[in-house]
Amino acid sequence: MLTPLEIEALRISLQVSGTALLIILVPGIAMAWLLARHEFFGKSLLDGLVHLPLVLPPVVVGYLLLVVMGRRGIVGGWLYEHLGLSLPFTWQGAALAGGVMAFPLLVRAVRLSLEAVDPRLEAAARTLGASRLRVFFTITLPLAVPGLVTGAVLAFARALSEFGATITFASNIPGETRTLPLALYSLIQTPGMEDAAARLCVVSIVVAMASLVASEWLARRTRRRMAGRDRGES
Amino acid sequence: MLELCIGHRQGSFDVDVDIMAPGQGVTALFGHSGSGKTTLLRMLAGLDRPDRGHIALNNRTFVDTERRIFVPPHQRRLGVVFQEARLFPHYRVRSNLTYARRITGGAAFDRVVDLLGIESLLARMPGALSGGETRRVAIGRALLAEPEMLLMDEPLTGLDGARKQELLDYIVRLTREIDLPILFVSHDPEELMAIAEQLVVLDRGQVIASDRLETLLSRSDLNPWLGGFEASTLLTARVLRHDPAWHATRLTLGDGQRLTLPLLDSGEAQDVRVRVRRRDVAIALSHQGDSSFRNQLDAVIEALSPGAPGTLDVTLVVGEQRLFSRITLEAAEALGLRPGLAVVALIRSVSLAG
Repeated sequence: MLTPLEIEALRISLQVSGTALLIILVPGIAMAWLLARHEFFGKSLLDGLVHLPLVLPPVVVGYLLLVVMGRRGIVGGWLYEHLGLSLPFTWQGAALAGGVMAFPLLVRAVRLSLEAVDPRLEAAARTLGASRLRVFFTITLPLAVPGLVTGAVLAFARALSEFGATITFASNIPGETRTLPLALYSLIQTPGMEDAAARLCVVSIVVAMASLVASEWLARRTRRRMAGRDRGES
Repeated sequence: MLELCIGHRQGSFDVDVDIMAPGQGVTALFGHSGSGKTTLLRMLAGLDRPDRGHIALNNRTFVDTERRIFVPPHQRRLGVVFQEARLFPHYRVRSNLTYARRITGGAAFDRVVDLLGIESLLARMPGALSGGETRRVAIGRALLAEPEMLLMDEPLTGLDGARKQELLDYIVRLTREIDLPILFVSHDPEELMAIAEQLVVLDRGQVIASDRLETLLSRSDLNPWLGGFEASTLLTARVLRHDPAWHATRLTLGDGQRLTLPLLDSGEAQDVRVRVRRRDVAIALSHQGDSSFRNQLDAVIEALSPGAPGTLDVTLVVGEQRLFSRITLEAAEALGLRPGLAVVALIRSVSLAG
């Protein structure tokens, strides 16, 4: 049904986006929690920094990534020297680019749902002998799960559709960093490949729709559970 | 022993209190909304920090601003029952109950579940409970944390009459069967009459009075605050027997005198608290054989003090307990009442407190 080229692009896309999500999940939740539950000096500045990838041209983000994470970059140089790691022009680099671009979406969604968690429930848990850490993992985070799911799906979809930062930082290498959007771009550039491009376009739409449907299903399931309608009566 | 010595700026007024309450029985913080009672409870629980002062329970210091001590809430071992119950919506009732992880099963768990009648709710989600059930589970959850003191912040607010009475009965049962000091915050005299032993009256962050409930009820200078209590007396009596034929329950007071009440459903030989309104007590010089007053108690006048214009408040001693009566000045004059005189208290009606 799918050509080997399409399968490869799909595989790279899922691998890159999945990894991107894994990279930013924990830092994203931590950042959302920091912004939702704490007041500190420089909070608006940090908030602005987090949102920067949302408003910057993706190419700028890709360029900045090259500067910082490239072999001669501040962080990238250290990584290459000590661990022999080089991120530019690799699929891991593409994942990093996707992750950075998706980060603000994840933080926004998780922050909103953390802010919606009733602090009075957290206070009640504290009086029942739970430390701050236990309160976070047993009360705050579980109650924020619907928002977390939404945020994760948004971030995944954003990483899936990432183009500018990826092509700048990780280039467009077949079998390595050529994700669905990059493959589609390449096909459009090639005369006589209009049909193949259209097919890839359909594949992209199907993947995006599938992730949205999955998130909706997960969110509804969680809501139903909390409303007590799920196996509630005994 | 509970010590609350706090100075704290709150909104438009200062909370400035120095309260010592016994480390047993039910101590009530009474005051209108905005009197600072919930603030005190939150500080005791560790949810708010006082500007200055110290808080200690049974010689364990929770807060001492001078010595820079602040024990975080999760290390205080206090059970808190909040006004809005605050059950965790994502856990079943059973998991809510065992959240504190001190008692998660066995006889102690069964006892609390049984005491509160929540066994059939264990597998439900909190969203599927009624208001009264929610409150009962919240009380159970606090009890299963094995606290050194139970703090209840207006636990009956928002329930309708019947549900309120039902939950109040559960709480009264609790105070009888579980040996745990309770701090009960409320603005409702009815509730306090039913369960409070010690009463702290708060107004705009200041302690107006703090003593045993019976003692405070007899102080007419507290009328502006305790007006809602309908000046009355609480007597402790023991159930002697039930007379279903007359729809009556016979009680005996400490000194052996009898009291008759409309039929109760408490067990025999159980101690109950009954309430006698001041205006329901008349005074005679001898037993009235031909009257409809069925409750006539031998008493001695302890003190007489002027009440509302034209009236006299009489403090009577019955056995070891006090009883209050309000009569007209004219009647007192005609009967020649004076301290030390032996009289008979005629009681029109007695009801169970709570």
